[in-house]
Amino acid sequence: MSDTLMSGNEAVAHGAWEAGAVVGVGYPGTPSTETLEAFAKLPGIRAEWAPNEKVALEVAAGVSMGGARVLVTMKHVGVNVAADPLFTLAYTGVGGGIVILAADDPGMHSSQNEQDSRNWGPFAHVPVLEPSDSSEAREMTKAAFDISERFDVPVIVRSTTRISHSKGLVSSGERVGRDVIPYVSDPAKWLMLPSNARKRRSELDKRMRALAEFAEETTLNRIEGGDTSLGVVTSGVSYNYVREVLPSASVFKVGMSFPLPASKLARFAESVDRLVVVEEADPYLKTRLRSIGLEVEGIAIPTEGELTPGLVAQAFGLDTPLLREAISGLPPRPPLMCPGCPHRGVFHALRKIRAVVTGDIGCYTLGAMPPLSAMDSCVCMGASIGMTHGMHLAGGAEGRPIVAVIGDSTFAHSGITGLAHIAYNAGTGTVLVLDNRITAMTGHQGNPMMGRTLMGEQTVEIDVEKLCEALGVTRVRVVDPHDLAATEAAIREEIAADALSVVVAQSPCALLLKERNDAYSVDDEACTACGACSKIGCPAIGLEDSGKASIDVTLCVGCADCVQVCRFDAIETTGLACDIGGA
Amino acid sequence: MDVVTVMLAGVGGQGTILAADVLAKVAVAQGLDVKLSEVHGMAQRGGAVDTVVRFGEKVYSPLTDPGRADHLVAFETIEAARRLQYLRPGGRLLVNSRVIQPLPVLIGVAEMPEELEARLDSEGAIFVDAEALACEAGSPKSANVVLLGALSTGLDFTEEAWREIISSRVPPKTVDVNLRAFELGRAACVEGECYG
Repeated sequence: MSDTLMSGNEAVAHGAWEAGAVVGVGYPGTPSTETLEAFAKLPGIRAEWAPNEKVALEVAAGVSMGGARVLVTMKHVGVNVAADPLFTLAYTGVGGGIVILAADDPGMHSSQNEQDSRNWGPFAHVPVLEPSDSSEAREMTKAAFDISERFDVPVIVRSTTRISHSKGLVSSGERVGRDVIPYVSDPAKWLMLPSNARKRRSELDKRMRALAEFAEETTLNRIEGGDTSLGVVTSGVSYNYVREVLPSASVFKVGMSFPLPASKLARFAESVDRLVVVEEADPYLKTRLRSIGLEVEGIAIPTEGELTPGLVAQAFGLDTPLLREAISGLPPRPPLMCPGCPHRGVFHALRKIRAVVTGDIGCYTLGAMPPLSAMDSCVCMGASIGMTHGMHLAGGAEGRPIVAVIGDSTFAHSGITGLAHIAYNAGTGTVLVLDNRITAMTGHQGNPMMGRTLMGEQTVEIDVEKLCEALGVTRVRVVDPHDLAATEAAIREEIAADALSVVVAQSPCALLLKERNDAYSVDDEACTACGACSKIGCPAIGLEDSGKASIDVTLCVGCADCVQVCRFDAIETTGLACDIGGA
Repeated sequence: MDVVTVMLAGVGGQGTILAADVLAKVAVAQGLDVKLSEVHGMAQRGGAVDTVVRFGEKVYSPLTDPGRADHLVAFETIEAARRLQYLRPGGRLLVNSRVIQPLPVLIGVAEMPEELEARLDSEGAIFVDAEALACEAGSPKSANVVLLGALSTGLDFTEEAWREIISSRVPPKTVDVNLRAFELGRAACVEGECYG
């Protein structure tokens, strides 16, 4: 088959498919999302979005126990959620191979923290493979399935943003036909009562020793000989920067970051005059090389943010290029809510109410940005609900109302348990579920709240009102967030009520709408330049030099949020529906 | 050949990713090694985005650094200024003359920089009114392909190679519009005139 351009994510999907994986399961999260979407398009498989990463890995455990190969995908913080089954699956081992894609986001392009997933290797006692580009992403995913079954252990394939979202040439192959291993009941392996777990713990050590021997011989780790005055140990995306910046150096390319091949590394160290490590994120390799007694020279490689070829060059004191003079004083361009976004009306109300808002993870986290500026916290998936209760327990917020805001997919991921906690502990408080019918931020994936599966089937959707009722929440109501007055009134009423309440603000993501309403425009005569419409933070609304508002008809989708905040009836429909809006 | 580095900078939603994908596929069709790097997720929601395409005999890094890009194709004027330092001295600067005011400007908490076009002009910028040409081609959505047309005059790929990839990559109904957009972008930026 000829070489084709694939992202790292697509390559992982293809590698899993070629290896005979019959199931893929995961939770969307940048930069991992497209992996499962690509897998879903391949023949002869089933792909499923799980409500969260823990469930995804548990489903995978069942697939594995049932004898079939399974791919599990998640971003770095998702592995935290899946850590519970992960650690015990290292004990049980596998039936069919389990390969987990853990996609890290150094530099936090779309994440709340940086984590280096290589650390799960020694922590959970699972092997970790680290591809350097799309081609290796495919090969290593295939290899990971073989390793998983040969050594009876789940395997992590660790990616980063620049692997997952970079494209490179991949020569893909055919799918290997592989029969499902017939199920034979084996509680000593799968039933981790302490008595069984203790035996499996010893087994795990044996398997890790066998893996360490395998690490010495596998071609996943390779030495690229060169000038012996400098030896560089590197892995993942950093390998590319080393090859580009230091073309003549001797390179030890680590493909399997756990367990490491101690003897092979020692031989490499002996063969070179200087031994350095170039890696992105944590000083993982450096620390482990030093722990096996190798003298690694310290160089100034940053441990936060993303590495670039230029930063590697700098660390080695190489020439930096001539630069043009920078143009200063540029306005920042932060990400923002789209025109017509249903979240805007909710945050407009919350700002008016001066609520303390415990927020959550999704597009609506942008409600924290000016001019809405109506969010006080964002920690992890589902945290909004527990934190709003915690604030009440601490005595409140100087009399200001406290409100939790959580999206539909995040609510299904880990908001329901938080709500159960408040109800069970007789707490009060107000929880807003922003239901835009999709997992929007990661690029429109399905979830249990919206009635469609990853395979495109129509399915049931969670009835939030009945769910809340069943949890013991007596006050539940649904509002249309594009009705600003009704939304504000509902939130005020529920804050005032001395009970736990849930307000579901339900309206589809603006990007889901197939047809636009007519665009609006500003009546220059009627506009008093009061600035009220610019306070809702719509990118379609600008200010003229006169201070009066203007609407960009190419951006306006006719949601009419601005019409409702204008006290002078200065915003009217144009009827243009902008033929310059395009196809 | 040496590795050629092209940076496409713009605003989330402007079609930089599709443009980069077309460029990458044209390079692949010439038998070159290619790496392309883009960012998804939160950054795409109307924020500043950049995509890097690198091609040559063998390409390692998907990323580039300030002073290393051979071409900067800016889909918007402020973004041209923001990424200017990535373009090496002597590199080619293509700028869509469109300005999209960022939200901080729209709400009055930040100001537009003064004499931006003049500053870019002094850096050798070639301005293309991509939206106007795209409308002429039949849809403002083809502005990204207009810019590819302009870029194409500075790269060693045949017009036919571009047309083939564009035809296969854009939605079938829009092939004609996009091919016209490509031609108009190319005509607006004939070789010679384009080198500053």
